[in-house]
Amino acid sequence: MISLNILEITYLIASLTFIVGLKMLSHPDSARKGNLIAAAGMLIAIVATLTLYQEFDSGKGLNYGLIFLGLAVGTGIGTVMAKKVQMTSMPQMVSFFNGMGGACAALIAIIEFQHHQHATVTGFDGELLVMLLGLLIGSVSFAGSMIAYGKLEGKIKDKVLPMNQAINMFLLAVIIILIGIQMFNGSDPLLFYALLGIALIYGILFVMPIGGADMPVVISLLNSFTGMAAAFGGFLYGNKAMLTGGILVGSAGTILTILMCKAMNRSLTNVLLGAFGVGSPGAAKTGSSDQTVREITISDTAVLLSYSQSVVIVPGYGLAVAQAQHVCHELEKLLEEKGVEVSYAIHPVAGRMPGHMNVLLAEADVPYERLQEMEEINPRLANTDVVVVIGANDVVNPAAKNDPTSPIYGMPILDVDLAKNVIILKRGMASGYAGIENELFFYPKTRMLFGDAKDSLQKLTAEVKEV
Amino acid sequence: MELLLEYLGNNMEMIYFLVLAILLGVEVISNVPAILHTPLMSGANAIHGVVVVGAIIVMLQASPDNYLALSVGFLAVVVGMLNVIGGFVVTDRMLEMFKKKPKKS
Repeated sequence: MISLNILEITYLIASLTFIVGLKMLSHPDSARKGNLIAAAGMLIAIVATLTLYQEFDSGKGLNYGLIFLGLAVGTGIGTVMAKKVQMTSMPQMVSFFNGMGGACAALIAIIEFQHHQHATVTGFDGELLVMLLGLLIGSVSFAGSMIAYGKLEGKIKDKVLPMNQAINMFLLAVIIILIGIQMFNGSDPLLFYALLGIALIYGILFVMPIGGADMPVVISLLNSFTGMAAAFGGFLYGNKAMLTGGILVGSAGTILTILMCKAMNRSLTNVLLGAFGVGSPGAAKTGSSDQTVREITISDTAVLLSYSQSVVIVPGYGLAVAQAQHVCHELEKLLEEKGVEVSYAIHPVAGRMPGHMNVLLAEADVPYERLQEMEEINPRLANTDVVVVIGANDVVNPAAKNDPTSPIYGMPILDVDLAKNVIILKRGMASGYAGIENELFFYPKTRMLFGDAKDSLQKLTAEVKEV
Repeated sequence: MELLLEYLGNNMEMIYFLVLAILLGVEVISNVPAILHTPLMSGANAIHGVVVVGAIIVMLQASPDNYLALSVGFLAVVVGMLNVIGGFVVTDRMLEMFKKKPKKS
């Protein structure tokens, strides 16, 4: 009994660390410490559960052996994966780990269901409902996260099934019916596993049609789903650490999802129903095709940059893909030495996740104060000599300001069209993730520099040295 | 209906927890700068790894000859721990990037 009380107290401590940790994570100065505090709380909760949940029972040597083996295997794989992953691949890594959490919640529900089958309850069965919800949300989160992971890794292509939305609605209805039947008629293994299967399919079809640019929002949403699934697990066991940790992430994750949508000036439904590029009139080519783009050579670019007063670099996902952050920093240093004032303009949703560019450029040792947020830099863009856009597209598309039919209309953008010159580093004329043509490319002050971002920047750096 | 009320009544304490924790979660996350969205999401991702505690409890409750429960539970412990460790390590790596730079004045 005493050990159980101690266990409850450790759960209280763990819950507190989760709350404090999350709070600290939302401020730049304390973020890292907050993460460590939450991790410490997690360690306490795990160790306490292992040692205090039941008095050590020698008959369960096998159980303990398997638990420790499982913890060791999970720790080993997790550490290696998290340490080895490239900074550019962070978003899909988060998605992957999130899927693992969802799978864990679903597996727990499956085992608990085995136990539950022996108990016969007629009528409303709260325990069963909690179990079914844990199974449902856990498996949707798992399947969805795996698809999001595959998409960001480039292993799965965006694919929209015909009537995808209708199919999703239908599946959702089936899910509700399956849960309803079990609520009234008691549990049935067949129905239980049917629910599992349909939940997995639903998770896949839910994420499948959503475009790559919206993936962060989806991952954040699935993250809060897993939180809820964990909370249902906590409810099942009356475990307060699981309940607080889970539901905290569930609600905080939902708010975070909404904040991310706000940064893109779009509603969550708009993101989930996949309005980008599908069926919206603005997605059709707006610019008349007789417009031509002007190219610029490496040496001309080098001269232009070297004799400028101020240069603003706009990094986008193309920079991340090309792994060009280091050479980009090199170019910036060279220009600084020549007395050019260089800063980076970071759009809130540049890259694949908010903050993605900051992390990437920080990795390349770009000084923090050089990174300017959109609100800071926009008023200064009119006085900028050259804006260099590296692998960004939608975040500088003027259509967001002047074309009400465009799917991205209303999204705040970097006003690079105000600058005196715009140079765009791009692979080709393909449109961005939103699938919209960018009229900026056809502006008289715009010059295109085609090629791989890293390659172009390397040549550019060499050329600037010569000037 | 009676059973529903009974269930709610029996679990009132947990329901209080649930409601308060929801409000707390909303409160804690207000006003986050955009650059912290990714690390914050990642940190929250690690925190819901607490579900691994449930997996451990399942394992401790399972009888040693119930091989089905043991193997599924083992898998649950592995993936749950992956979530915890991977989540915290990735978050730390992201935040480390910010840390060594001079602070924004």
